[in-house]
Amino acid sequence: MSSAATLQHADVHVSHDAHHEHHHHETFITKYVFSQDHKMIAKQFLVTGIIWAIIGGLFSVIFRLQLGYPEATFPWLEDLLGHWAAGGKLKPEFYYALVTMHGTILVFFVLTAGLSGTFANFLIPLQVGARDMASPMLNMLSYWFFFLSSIIMFCSLFIQTGPASGGWTIYPPLSALGDASTGSILGMDFWLVSMAMFIVSALLGGLNYITTILNMRTKGMSMTRLPLTIWALFFTAVLGVLSFPVLLSGAILLLFDRNLGTSFYLSDIVVAGKILPNEGGSAILFQHLFWFLGHPEVYIILLPAMGMSSEIISVNSRKPIFGYMAMVGSLFAIAILAFLVWAHHMFVTGLNPFLGSVFVLLTLLIAVPSAIKVFNWLTTLWRANIRFTPGMLFAIGFVSLFISGGLTGIFLGNSALDLHLHDTYFVVAHFHIVMGVASFFGMFAGVYHWFPKMFGRYLNNTMAYIHFWVTIVGAYLIFWPMHYQGLSGMPRRYYDFSSWISFNQFSGLNEFISFVAMIVFAAQLLFVFNFFYSMFKGRKVTDSNPWGANTLEWTTPINPGHGNWPGEIPEVHRGAYDYAKDGKEFIPQDVPVGDDESKH
Amino acid sequence: MKEFLMIALGVLIFVVVFQIAKASEYVSVLKGEDKTRKQNNKINAFMLIGFLVFGLIGVWYCNELYYGKTLFPQGSASVEGESLDLMFMITVAITGLVFVLTQVLLFWFCFKYQEKDDRKAFYFPHNTKLELIWTTVPAIFLTVLVVFGLKYWFKITGDAPKNSIVVEVTGHQFAWEFRYPGADKVLGKTSFKKYTSKNSLGVDFEDPASRDDIHVNTTMHIPVGVPLKMVIHSQDVIHDVGLPHFRLKMDAVPGIPTTQWFTPKITTADMKKKTGNPDFNFEISCDQLCGANHFAMRGVIVVETMEEYKKWLAEQKSEYYTLYPEKNPVQPVVVDSAKQISQVLPVKK
Ligand code: HEM
Ligand SMILES: [Cu+2]
Ligand SMILES: [Cu+2]
Repeated sequence: MSSAATLQHADVHVSHDAHHEHHHHETFITKYVFSQDHKMIAKQFLVTGIIWAIIGGLFSVIFRLQLGYPEATFPWLEDLLGHWAAGGKLKPEFYYALVTMHGTILVFFVLTAGLSGTFANFLIPLQVGARDMASPMLNMLSYWFFFLSSIIMFCSLFIQTGPASGGWTIYPPLSALGDASTGSILGMDFWLVSMAMFIVSALLGGLNYITTILNMRTKGMSMTRLPLTIWALFFTAVLGVLSFPVLLSGAILLLFDRNLGTSFYLSDIVVAGKILPNEGGSAILFQHLFWFLGHPEVYIILLPAMGMSSEIISVNSRKPIFGYMAMVGSLFAIAILAFLVWAHHMFVTGLNPFLGSVFVLLTLLIAVPSAIKVFNWLTTLWRANIRFTPGMLFAIGFVSLFISGGLTGIFLGNSALDLHLHDTYFVVAHFHIVMGVASFFGMFAGVYHWFPKMFGRYLNNTMAYIHFWVTIVGAYLIFWPMHYQGLSGMPRRYYDFSSWISFNQFSGLNEFISFVAMIVFAAQLLFVFNFFYSMFKGRKVTDSNPWGANTLEWTTPINPGHGNWPGEIPEVHRGAYDYAKDGKEFIPQDVPVGDDESKH
Repeated sequence: MKEFLMIALGVLIFVVVFQIAKASEYVSVLKGEDKTRKQNNKINAFMLIGFLVFGLIGVWYCNELYYGKTLFPQGSASVEGESLDLMFMITVAITGLVFVLTQVLLFWFCFKYQEKDDRKAFYFPHNTKLELIWTTVPAIFLTVLVVFGLKYWFKITGDAPKNSIVVEVTGHQFAWEFRYPGADKVLGKTSFKKYTSKNSLGVDFEDPASRDDIHVNTTMHIPVGVPLKMVIHSQDVIHDVGLPHFRLKMDAVPGIPTTQWFTPKITTADMKKKTGNPDFNFEISCDQLCGANHFAMRGVIVVETMEEYKKWLAEQKSEYYTLYPEKNPVQPVVVDSAKQISQVLPVKK
């Protein structure tokens, strides 16, 4: 990338911006609602994500009540849910609707939009040294499509026949036939339309992130000087742009099958005593289309958490991240492999065994770049001088969870073992630890670390520490014992286990897990409270670089305006990880290389 | 009322936590922020190492509590599952080692290298040799696991042994049905278009092979020690024949029959003794979400000795003659079958 061109671009922006400030008064609407400032859009994504997280978390508490106390009745549930909980007991249909919505909300609305949407928007321009995204307009649209998608999904909760209830993986024919499941009557159409809007949002966002990273870096910011957050967000965006359209096509074909009488996924079906005319479709085709997105999706969720944890670990270790190039290389390897392993979700569908074996090999290959990352994080901590800020604690928690969850992936990726473990609680434990909770930890780390930059105030530390400790202990208490349930073959997505000879030995454990889940949920409310309270009342930031970090966002004023830097954008002279170099605690990226500085 | 009290208690705890949190912020201003920060740092470093110690004890304790409730102490009920159990244990050993090693390093480094006034972080940006080590060592271990895994995978997904008994398994919302081929050892053809409420599997009774086929619901009988090949169908949505005791499962997909085979090695009766549970049964759990009663889609496999199995089989009537008793040659009414069938069963073309 020629730096002259980049510089020119920046100059144009400076003059434009100066002009802007002189002639316009920002109204409430342009500043807070239809804002084109990447920082405000990031906050919009974050707040929407938090609202969704509360809803999705609440759903898990409600369905965990059913699993933990299958005999009990809760009259207040009937007040809340009406006929779906007649007599104070959830109906199976609604249990499945809650599970489906829980998965959909947390995977897509919270850990995709809420995570990438927030941090890609917030950090990319600030850390590459740009005044805004390549296209602020498309960026704003990206949020509003997400908003539209959210509204549609939210409305689907109130449909008389219930929201979609076929699992977040919406496998047809279950999701295609209203006769097979009440959630597939109207709820599924809402789900599909909402997801279509969501995909538009993800694509608009992703294209913008890629374009900005490639074209709008400030002078001196070569690709190899980018902070690891940016690399991670870059690969995340690439994954999204290449895989979401495939889900869109899968969803559209499903809409056709549902409403126009086509047979893409349907064949040889007798449902509710009726013989359907469809012939020649393949239910498995959908799974290929779904998981071609679905697997990259788990990395779309995970990579930003990896990038942010890398950055936060390095800053608070006061040490360079170990093996920067290997960290970038392993992100790249993971991104490539993410596209080549989707059928490991389909080992028991009757897949061709040879094809299955190829997917085993490629899947287990991912463990290699993952191992590199883990050992590099560990080496970064070795002989460091570690400050345990709340962000740092969550980043350390991320590493611990990533190890725990990643190792169980080695069991599941080996198809022979997957014959036993697939669709059991072992899988629930695996993906919650490695994707759900770990990414949440990455996200929390990011929020705690960049909150001062977002709002010019600090979060309350005591509440943050309580939040961390309850969450990490609780997460392990909830999900670790689930492995044992999975080893006894206990299937996921079961409403009640009490009548099964093979699975009813775990009723005590189920109760324990549900109890811990409620406590963990309460601790998240503490975080939410801390977040909104500190936004307005938190301790004010007085130092523009409170963590002593090297990256460019800390060279902006404490409360940066639209355009980020009041003067010129700083020029970059070094990589982002010059900590502890030449006896200096840290050397920000915009500091020129001294004559006597050691080469590395 | 109980709920109300719980919520009140929750709110109270919240308020207390919030007050403490606010107060601690003021205290830290009074004491000097730097001092408080250092104090917090020590406390958290200590808690991290405590988390490691109690965590590892917890892992051990959890295993004490729940290992006995998994299927491993009973051993695999299929011959093929034995190698899977072995493979599982090898994987546990390898990943367990890595788990302990990395978690110990993680938390121990955090504790050992916590911020101290006199410590300087060590500038150590990369080291090619180290990085090569932790690229190749995992790669070697993974190769071992892959080789072992694929060997078993190809065996179990390969052709069923010649002497297998064949049973057709059909799933629909929300039950399992089974069809045995009868004396001719050939299953009659089926088509979803032939479905009626009586002929619930859509058997084509024009196919002579179908005449002696036996149709049973929910409970399947099989002999011990003989490979069983299941031909799996679904009539509506995707289901899954989950056989945890035999360490297997296979989807039932409408329109795309799948197969799966295994060799049961212990009878239900012996299993009742072995587990000390008189209610024990090999259950078939549906392992693919298939609608509201997915969690109750239960089947049973009775594994018995060859003699018991033969006796049971002999007691079963063929579906054809159950549906059309007048056709039964053993009965006094003798009919010209070919003509009659087309009258009784309207043939859809
Ligand atoms: C308080 C924390 C949480 C608890 C107690 C919890 C509990 C559960 C349980 C028990 C299930 C399985 C339900 C069943 O199969 O019957 C489930 C499903 C799921 N959860 Fe969570 N969960 C939590 C947080 C999360 C997070 C943070 C994520 C983010 C990725 C997540 C994503 C999912 C997904 C994708 C499913 C599968 C949904 C489906 O089967 O369609 N969960 N959760
Ligand atoms: Cu995957
Ligand atoms: Cu099912």
